Amino acid sequence: MEATLGHYLLVSGALFAIGLLGVIVRRNLLIIYMSLELMLNAANVALVAMSRFNGNLDGQVMVFFVITVAAAEVAVGLALIVALYRKRQTAEVADLATMKL
Amino acid sequence: MEGTVFNIFAGLAVLSALLVVANPFSRNPVTSALFLVTTMISISGLFVLLGAYFLAAVQILVYAGAVMVLFLFVIMLLDLREGARRKLNLVSFAMGFMAVGSLFLVYKSSVDQTYGDTTQHQEVAAGVNQVEGSTRALGQSLFSAEKGFILPFEIVSVLLLVAMVGVILLSRKEPL
Repeated sequence: MEATLGHYLLVSGALFAIGLLGVIVRRNLLIIYMSLELMLNAANVALVAMSRFNGNLDGQVMVFFVITVAAAEVAVGLALIVALYRKRQTAEVADLATMKL
Repeated sequence: MEGTVFNIFAGLAVLSALLVVANPFSRNPVTSALFLVTTMISISGLFVLLGAYFLAAVQILVYAGAVMVLFLFVIMLLDLREGARRKLNLVSFAMGFMAVGSLFLVYKSSVDQTYGDTTQHQEVAAGVNQVEGSTRALGQSLFSAEKGFILPFEIVSVLLLVAMVGVILLSRKEPL
């Protein structure tokens, strides 16, 4: 059985759904952040599959930019989490419910 | 052959992604991070199957290498043992699973309707010349003068600089 575009899109959708599940149900900031990475990667799989099956390389260039921006985003996000942990000594969203630091 | 390899990588990616989010044996963030590495490597295998060789290498170098090391550093920097003991709320997990699952089913039915007719789709795919994302091809389409992405590339370099300065500012002990 040859893998078609539909199969790749289903894998991408499944990864995105799992990432969304993690963002919704997990209460640990770091795991929420990992789930966000998972969702970004699911979008990357869809873009590369579309690029392959339409014979156009622009989708892969887009993925290249997504990976770069994701790397910058991870660095900033983790620095924010560390700064928050210094102030509040916790990384659980349930303990971070107030707007005042 | 290709279908088998696709099944292996796709199954591995989805399975380890599930273990990142809901691992029944461990509540430790380090376990989640290691399963996320497995997911990234499987996704990189899918990229190889799709002919995106450069992106597969970048995926392993940037995600499995840099991003996950950063994650593990932060996990070990923060002392999260107290959080690991907290139980996952089963009711909220079931509700979230139902919501996300129904969203996925909507997506699956729309994909099946658009791309379910494989015979017609394979004819289309055979007509299109299949691109290979080798380093040379990707570099040429990134930097070509008329259809290239030179301005976005420069903007991304500024973005990386801004992120670097921002991180240093954020992680200072005493604010300015």
